[in-house]
Amino acid sequence: MSDFAPALLDPTLAIPPGLSDARGGPADRRFAVYRNNVVVSLTDAMATGFPVILKLVGDEFFRAMAGVFVRAHPPDSPVLARYGAAFPGFLETFEPVAQLPYLADVARLELAMRAAYHAADAAPVAPDALAHPRLMEARLRLAPATRVVASPYPIHAIWRANTEADAPPAQGGAETVLVTRPDWDPWPRPIAPAAARLILALLADLPFAAALEAAGDDIDLAATLTLLLDTKSIIAIEVPE
Amino acid sequence: MNKPTKSLSVAAAVATALAAHALPAQAQENEKCFGISLAGKNDCAAGPGTTCAGTSTVDYQGNAWTLVPAGACEGVAWEKILPEGRDGSLEALERDVPA
Repeated sequence: MSDFAPALLDPTLAIPPGLSDARGGPADRRFAVYRNNVVVSLTDAMATGFPVILKLVGDEFFRAMAGVFVRAHPPDSPVLARYGAAFPGFLETFEPVAQLPYLADVARLELAMRAAYHAADAAPVAPDALAHPRLMEARLRLAPATRVVASPYPIHAIWRANTEADAPPAQGGAETVLVTRPDWDPWPRPIAPAAARLILALLADLPFAAALEAAGDDIDLAATLTLLLDTKSIIAIEVPE
Repeated sequence: MNKPTKSLSVAAAVATALAAHALPAQAQENEKCFGISLAGKNDCAAGPGTTCAGTSTVDYQGNAWTLVPAGACEGVAWEKILPEGRDGSLEALERDVPA
């Protein structure tokens, strides 16, 4: 077993001992077929999981790059739905894409979308619950699908330009993106940095007053709360005894 | 901002948010409609390991669904749009299921 997995990913290694074909001979060719299937299926999973990266670099380049990635980062979990978490870090150090510095953050956004898609369902609170007299002491629980991705690049605009037919070409600077899943599908939208600070503080379990401090005075609180209500993101308001 | 002022402005923000949220906003409600997707075009966000997105193998597969605006699944005359009088359904159908 300890020889088996490395040999699957590295064609320069000998096939593991003890494998034989139907005639009792060595199973070199059969192992080679399996070795090929492993990398091809993981490459397919990468192409499905990172459709915008695929579009940005093109099919041929993506498959070659994914081949390098899957050999360096084989799955550490049997859950293929989570595969690719190491991809943004890989993109930051992969020399051939050094001139496309935004790729890593676009990949982070695609990972956040996928994580939101697979996150547990949660029912939102009735909006009126926000009008609690002790809201400042309360903890606002957000839906498990909630994700924030911040980048010095316009990652939402890039994502949109590569997923929507009539979207404008991507331009501009830093963007922070909130990913929610109001119904069945994840929904990304750019938010102000102060709104992101508030949401991250809520995700870190801070009481509302402390989260407001973390957000800073330039937050548009009404707009942020409206967004959280509209996206069905607030799932509990817990007031201490 | 001192503390009482801040509480007051928070209360105002909450009131504004509740009012804005109550408006018949952007997001229209959708529903799952079975039996109307073309092969490989059924809904679900993509992702490796996903078992449903784009996995239908025949046209109008009865156990594959597509999101449509609420009311459109049973409100649209699908039998006039889809071949051979097929209808859409809010529940999974037994027709056109690959063996």
